[in-house]
Amino acid sequence: MGRTLAEKVWDDHVVRRAEGEPDLLFIDLHLLHEVTSPQAFDGLRQAGRPVRRLDLTIATEDHNTPTLDIDKPIADPVSRVQLETLRKNCADFGVRLHPLGDVEQGVVHVVGPQLGLTQPGTTVVCGDSHTSTHGAFGALAFGIGTSQVEHVLATQTLPLARPKTMAITVEGELPATVTAKDLILAIIARIGTGGGQGYILEYRGPAIEKLSMEARMTICNMSIEAGARAGMIAPDRTTFDYLQGRDHAPVGEEWDAAVAYWKTLRTDDDAVFDAEVVIDATELAPFVTWGTNPGQGAPLSADVPDPASYEDASERHAAEKALEYMGLTAGQRLRDIRVDTVFVGSCTNGRIEDLRNAASILDGRKVADGVRMLVVPGSVRVALQAVEEGLDKVFTAAGAEWRHAGCSMCLGMNPDQLAPGERSASTSNRNFEGRQGKGGRTHLVSPQVAAATAVLGHLASPADLSDALTSAGVR
Amino acid sequence: MEAFTAHTGRAVPLRRSNVDTDQIIPAHWLKKVTRDGFEDGLFEAWRKDADFVLNRPERAGASVLVAGPDFGTGSSREHAVWALQNFGFKTVISSRFADIFRGNSLKNGLLTVVLDQRVVDTLWELTEADPTAEITVDLAKRQVLAEGITADFELDENARWRLMNGLDDISLTLQNEADIATYEAARPSHKPRTIQV
Repeated sequence: MGRTLAEKVWDDHVVRRAEGEPDLLFIDLHLLHEVTSPQAFDGLRQAGRPVRRLDLTIATEDHNTPTLDIDKPIADPVSRVQLETLRKNCADFGVRLHPLGDVEQGVVHVVGPQLGLTQPGTTVVCGDSHTSTHGAFGALAFGIGTSQVEHVLATQTLPLARPKTMAITVEGELPATVTAKDLILAIIARIGTGGGQGYILEYRGPAIEKLSMEARMTICNMSIEAGARAGMIAPDRTTFDYLQGRDHAPVGEEWDAAVAYWKTLRTDDDAVFDAEVVIDATELAPFVTWGTNPGQGAPLSADVPDPASYEDASERHAAEKALEYMGLTAGQRLRDIRVDTVFVGSCTNGRIEDLRNAASILDGRKVADGVRMLVVPGSVRVALQAVEEGLDKVFTAAGAEWRHAGCSMCLGMNPDQLAPGERSASTSNRNFEGRQGKGGRTHLVSPQVAAATAVLGHLASPADLSDALTSAGVR
Repeated sequence: MEAFTAHTGRAVPLRRSNVDTDQIIPAHWLKKVTRDGFEDGLFEAWRKDADFVLNRPERAGASVLVAGPDFGTGSSREHAVWALQNFGFKTVISSRFADIFRGNSLKNGLLTVVLDQRVVDTLWELTEADPTAEITVDLAKRQVLAEGITADFELDENARWRLMNGLDDISLTLQNEADIATYEAARPSHKPRTIQV
């Protein structure tokens, strides 16, 4: 019987298989950052163990780093200690590190792909659940806890039970107004935050094949929000073109050998998935979340749902709690929800294409009075590219703040946070209670919806702008 | 890791689904570089409410958390497990756990027990009506026991063996170091490297 993409990559990494034991899997690339690594390095020290494969390990600083005044000492002493701890650990053990101020610094899941380190058919892990991002290249990539970080540092392997596989087939073509973010939010709303639990997802079908690498990364990034540790997309010409010429992409004969292997990384026609979901791309529209988990979303044109409409008691209760926390009323139009802050950035939507998309909407327009807009590039390289294209000027001319690279307001570990009760439209991945700051309220959106929302001050899509321009005579 | 064989304790019934790890331990606590001292951060936002179940005096000293479905979703932070353990929890019962959280918990000796939601409902009713009611989680028998309740749970034999013996995963893996070296020697040369060594 044929095998799925995930099964092929899995099988190629089995170091040891024994009855009654989880498979021991080899890890091709281990990404580190400051938050989930200190206790792992401590464990190595206590046991007197070295890092087994320094040549498969790389670190950067992203979660804690400020996006302003990066040339000054970090104001928060606890954050500073954590960053200094990473620097000391990397120096002591010999790990390659791209610290704040380095040209290769950035959100770990933006850095790996742009260096060309994330390649098809590799296994990629990081102490961060959004490691699923790298699955966009046909890599088997998943987030791990700190004990596993230590395990990989010491052994370059992980003992893992093989997950089941689920196909998410997206038929048809996405309408021009619909983005990868809308698609993944719609998928999560459909299968739920636990729908992918125990599975590796494979996104496939004509709508997926047409997506750019940036858009594919947005999709795979949020697999974890559907409960799946990993999401994958079969590598193709788009993938190879993205990789060719990057710092760590193979060259010459190695490139040819790699591409020959990569071309085998497709689910066989006779392979069987453990589950399959089919989505009709043509029915999709711009999508936003109204609740406090990423599955609580709806098309922008819809109303805030009535919790009483849920048959399942636990979902009904969750919706009631969510509306209370979000300060929303059932039946209210999503488009009428006013926001205080707009955040464009994160490992979900902080890449160059995302910034171009947001800038194309903001060009020649102004951020609405009373709205704060933060644009945080995913990496220094993304920032440099954006400056070269003049995007930073578009943002600042519109009244948005152009910041330095990092995770920033996605999780508010640095000073970029919502105040209690403040509401954001955010291109990030999680709308959990307090995620962007204590008491903050988050609506997850695409970069295009974020930009249109910034201009109008309420949740909106770019299509709403032309109407507003005509009626208000702005511009 | 501390070995887990069986545990008996009073319960905290947490009637919430989709308890994500941002709720279990908010991000600002993640700046710490140790594995301890997270107890005050556990459910920090919800504990500001005096009526939150964890704040009730009758729940003091409880060590069994009985939670709604999809417990531990979201961020991979192992700090969520440490916070539960630092606070005094030995085991968490739910009808469904997020994968990463479950893996993290078992690596730290916090036993996560999957039971049918109907059993979870019964445990909620029992422990809400009687806060002194005790729940026993017996890993040897793979059974949860409480007044009027005997429920079997599943846990694969390998994970159970590691937990019951408090075994260190890394030491176990390094027993197979030769297999790792063999695999490494056969890796294709086109695979990426972060540095030349």
